[in-house]
Amino acid sequence: MRPFTYERAADAAGAAKAAAEMAGARFLAGGTNLLDLMKLDIETPTHLIDVGRVPLARIEDGSDGGLRIGAMATNSTIAADARVRRSYPVLVEALLSGASPQLRNKATAGGNLLQRTRCAYFYDTAKPCNKREPGAGCAAIGGLNRMSAILGTSDACIATHPSDMAVALSALGATVETVSPDGTERSIGIDEVHRLPGETPQIETSLGVGELVTAIVLPPPPEGAQSYRKVRDRASYASGLASVAVAGDRIALGGVALKPWRAHKAEAALKSGAPPRIAAEVELAAARGNGGNNFKIALTCRLMTASIQKGQA
Amino acid sequence: MASTTAAANAADITFTVNGAVRALTLDLRTTLLDALREHLDLKGTKKGCDHGQCGACTVLVNGVRINACLSLAVMHQGDVITTIEGLGVPGDLSDLQVAFLDRDAFQCGYCTPGQICSATAMLDEAAKGWPSAATDDLTGEVVLTDAEIRERMSGNICRCSAYPQILDAIRDVAGAAA
Repeated sequence: MRPFTYERAADAAGAAKAAAEMAGARFLAGGTNLLDLMKLDIETPTHLIDVGRVPLARIEDGSDGGLRIGAMATNSTIAADARVRRSYPVLVEALLSGASPQLRNKATAGGNLLQRTRCAYFYDTAKPCNKREPGAGCAAIGGLNRMSAILGTSDACIATHPSDMAVALSALGATVETVSPDGTERSIGIDEVHRLPGETPQIETSLGVGELVTAIVLPPPPEGAQSYRKVRDRASYASGLASVAVAGDRIALGGVALKPWRAHKAEAALKSGAPPRIAAEVELAAARGNGGNNFKIALTCRLMTASIQKGQA
Repeated sequence: MASTTAAANAADITFTVNGAVRALTLDLRTTLLDALREHLDLKGTKKGCDHGQCGACTVLVNGVRINACLSLAVMHQGDVITTIEGLGVPGDLSDLQVAFLDRDAFQCGYCTPGQICSATAMLDEAAKGWPSAATDDLTGEVVLTDAEIRERMSGNICRCSAYPQILDAIRDVAGAAA
């Protein structure tokens, strides 16, 4: 791990300001993803701003019947919260299907959103990766791409976003609150937080330099069924090959794109009376495999169909 | 007490480990795991993968189980840390330590400290009603079935595959507490 300097932030606005003042600074919350990547020389910050004790860990009732989850709340405490368990089961199921108990005890809501891809070539510094080194090329295209994306890919990147939580948040229509270095606060719809790769896969989110996530806001729970179903290579503690979150009439997919994939086309098809299978096929008409991940298209189609059927039952 | 802004690449760190206050000056890159093993000579906590995948480094921080390899020591200023050495000592073992011996819940033993620290905190989580991916009723009471114990211990890998005995040992203690 390369040397760095360190400071502990007292509050969110101060952390954001500090991050903008020093090039090479990174926020450190739970550290479960960042420190791993620093050990591998993939992340090389020169300064860490520890936001772990910034008082943003509370989960509070929203005035509109929703919930406001502080960015420093751990994955475990969100999944254990009685209100979340009662009203947002899709979020609990998504959280509990990710990582391990030890990691969930440390990893924060904000960090979960901003964690980086688990693409094997992103992790292998001996191979080209446009995320690590823009312009270097993508070794996953034409490589071992069983885990890679099938929707929204580009010639520059076929990585997936690894978060389960974010997929549930997309189905729930959550918003993300941030503070910028100049003190400006704003709300961003969950589907606008992450970016598809295009020609610039190294730019992963719509957040500005030093902009810090302060909260995730859940709207009132939707009418109708909620579920999160994830298919993976082993029963626990594994990334998803594909996942589907259903919350009322909203659907989002995980493991298939570089962002939580809101299934707008399937939702529209269902609204106009299409059966689940057809709605899933409409959504996946644009899906493309790269060889190793071709099976994901049929897998996702069946998974979507089953989840939608379950929700309608 | 360390300053909150370290201009250099080292920091003074004070935390409580197994009931004793310990003060160290450490390179900022030092993980909690390396601080425990290399600077406090607490070799019970093991380094397996060093990437949060195996659970051998599991310790309790303020009663919560985490991977000590994926945390910097400097992040734990003032925290209360418990390692396997703090759970029990020869002649005065914890219930889980006794159960692991009774059930022969290991072969090489390398993952065992992490397994026991993890199981200790897992029983607390279950007692607080925290659900898991194996829980059918998210708002109901937690019943530690075999499927629940396996799911809740999935962050701890045993390369000797002593899982049946580990499950037996944890079930013994969970059953006694229920």
